[in-house]
Amino acid sequence: MSSIENKSAGNWLNSDRRRLIVQEYGIFLAFLLLVAILSVSNEFFLTPGNISNVLLQTSINGILAIGMTFVILTRGIDLSVGSVVALAGMVSASFVTSSATAGIAGAPYPMVLALAAGILVGVACGAVVGLIVSRFSVPAFVATLGMLSAARGATLIYGGGRPVPGLSAEFRWIGTGNILGIPMPVILLALVFGISWWVLTRTRFGRYIYAVGGNPHAAKTSGLNVSRIRFMVYVISGALSGLAGMILSARTGSALPQAGIAYELDAIAAVVIGGTSLSGGVGRVTGTLIGALIIGVMNNGLDLMGIQSYYQQVLKGALIVGAVMLDQKRNQGL
Amino acid sequence: MQPLLKVEGLKKSFGGVAALRDGQFELEAGSVHALCGGNGAGKSTFLSILMGIHKRDGGTILHRGNPVEFGSPAEALRSGIAIIEQELSPVPHMTVAENIYLGREPSARFGGIDFKTMNRNAQALLDRLEFSISATQYMMNLSVAQMQLVEIAKALSHEADVIFMDEPTSAIGEKEAQHLFSAIERLKAEGKGIVYVSHRLSEIFQIADSYTVFRDGGFVGAGKLADIDRPGLIRMIVGRELGEEYIKTNTPTDISGLEVSGLSAPGKIEDISFTARKGEIFGIYGLMGSGRTEIFNCLFGMDNPSAGDIRIEGKSVTIRQPSDAMAEGIAFVTEDRKVTGLNLSDSVRNNICLASLPEMSPAFVMRRSQEQAASADMIDRFAIKAARDTMPVSGLSGGNQQKVVLGKWFLRQPRVLLLDEPTRGVDVGAKREIYRIICDFAAAGGTVVMISSEIDEILGMSDRILVMRAGRSAGIRNRQETDAQTLVHLST
Repeated sequence: MSSIENKSAGNWLNSDRRRLIVQEYGIFLAFLLLVAILSVSNEFFLTPGNISNVLLQTSINGILAIGMTFVILTRGIDLSVGSVVALAGMVSASFVTSSATAGIAGAPYPMVLALAAGILVGVACGAVVGLIVSRFSVPAFVATLGMLSAARGATLIYGGGRPVPGLSAEFRWIGTGNILGIPMPVILLALVFGISWWVLTRTRFGRYIYAVGGNPHAAKTSGLNVSRIRFMVYVISGALSGLAGMILSARTGSALPQAGIAYELDAIAAVVIGGTSLSGGVGRVTGTLIGALIIGVMNNGLDLMGIQSYYQQVLKGALIVGAVMLDQKRNQGL
Repeated sequence: MQPLLKVEGLKKSFGGVAALRDGQFELEAGSVHALCGGNGAGKSTFLSILMGIHKRDGGTILHRGNPVEFGSPAEALRSGIAIIEQELSPVPHMTVAENIYLGREPSARFGGIDFKTMNRNAQALLDRLEFSISATQYMMNLSVAQMQLVEIAKALSHEADVIFMDEPTSAIGEKEAQHLFSAIERLKAEGKGIVYVSHRLSEIFQIADSYTVFRDGGFVGAGKLADIDRPGLIRMIVGRELGEEYIKTNTPTDISGLEVSGLSAPGKIEDISFTARKGEIFGIYGLMGSGRTEIFNCLFGMDNPSAGDIRIEGKSVTIRQPSDAMAEGIAFVTEDRKVTGLNLSDSVRNNICLASLPEMSPAFVMRRSQEQAASADMIDRFAIKAARDTMPVSGLSGGNQQKVVLGKWFLRQPRVLLLDEPTRGVDVGAKREIYRIICDFAAAGGTVVMISSEIDEILGMSDRILVMRAGRSAGIRNRQETDAQTLVHLST
């Protein structure tokens, strides 16, 4: 007890405080370091065009990773995001395509309908997973692995295995348009980030998520509806996957049945690099955003240096494991 | 005679903060030595240095007169010093024999394990100690008390002559504790030295021959238990005069606070009826597994009873889930604060507010100033010792963690307080503060129902006591008309 009092007095660089600083800002410092190295070593890196490009490339993974953060904070995992991206992209595209064979009857419809359809598909997939996880106590890994397969299958069935081309210009605007020079996907990412940050840090629901992830038993004895909270995080992840799927279709101008394959891995990587604990209860969405940016910046930097994408994958693997190793170390105390 | 273990001037600091300043200890062969002290007294640090988990900063450890230094628990064990930890970590899907000889399995031809020899040796060891456990049983089918006995057998299979026991009775019932004590007596007769760490003074007086007291990381005193009485030992542990251990300030009224009739849950409890009055502390005593906690689970909506009626202050209520119980003004301080009470990865403040989140966010958004004020209020009211309320709750001592759990529930201004082992693993000083909090609550007209395995506590605190036996009520007694023998008799 006396030890606690001693720590608080004076000496701002005591171990307690130092740990806090590294925890809060460590990942941000690592990001700045990476940016600094790349801007010194490559003259193109810090040009407005390239910055915009990095952000654009990060936006889809960023949105998926933010949804994943909600899930991982409750000790869950969502492996289905890549497949839901494809399904939502395909369903929404079928509302706005000018192709007579690929679209649904009466297409193209106004963009709003397509957006609603895409989000609904994501919500539905998330709700199914959420129900299986929260009511039937199936491990999230298994439930979402099932959805990974089922949603990919549904995509192929829905589109007959073919892409949906010729999307309306109005719809493509969400992927290719911009407001005041800022690309739409980046604006959407910023919105998703802002709302998620607010929900997780400022609202009752955010507290519930941390409590359920930190100790589900204690959450239950404190009167929290643990199953409902578990259900909700999969719905959120599903809805954000739906949004990401539409952005992807809009950017490429057509919805592809093989879209989003292995996207779940990059999303999980961003969350993990961002310092969220896979055992739940600890982490922040700010870290996830920076984690996604680190992946984006690294890929871009290596591209600029002319390094093959094969090597990029090896480096990304090392980065993920290294970030968690650091995390373990800082949890043991510095 | 040369002492079995002699420790002098043991020092250890963590990050510039002294956890142990002057550890002194002397253990005779063939004796039980109680190591006493409050939470934060330095006992854990002392144990972890002797076990080779931490390196000491200074001091000497003599084992049979030879200076020793251990780099790991395995080294300590090899030289004959074993520990039975508070939280056991057996391999559940292996047999008792496999657990005892884990890592030292006798080998057969072709590098396999000679199961026959292993089982025979293990059984011989268990029989010698008169533990009625079969060596081929799976560990997961044993009770916690039996697992402790296996741990003891394991220690002896290593030829250990110094055995530390850290709070061995915290998770077992009264009857099993007596079994453990007779096992300890046998070890003593074999000439082993046993170091017994416990917060339960009555056990110490029953089992130990001598004592050493630590306080604030330093040695306070040692001697024979025959030469000291209970108040004297308490005085040494807390460092000040505490007066009467249990001070009751509440007086039961005639108004019914919580009325339970015919409460049943198949396979758990059957036909439980009692009425706890406002202003009363109603005790529930019973062995582990006698259905004590199950009553609370039914009352709090953690479990659904098949029959029974619950009335709060005369009004019949239906409780299906914890939030229903909370809406009726029931608060439930659970048995194990680390498993069901606290979110250890979160801060003191967020833990205090955990059960009041909807009230603090009428419009979905948390009112942070309200959270801050509530947490400051509870910290002040219960004298919770925390550097900041934003620090992780895992950094607090056991007693302070328990006060955080109490704070979480008092914030809701409950009418009925259900307490399941409210002072488990809490030191004498903090215990007293918790008793005061409970009494104040009852004195102000609250209804308290308290489960405890500690017979002194249940007799000292309760106005009436319900004794549970095998899921049924074995009777309700007034505190004035009963004693420890009666309660133990009823419960077994």
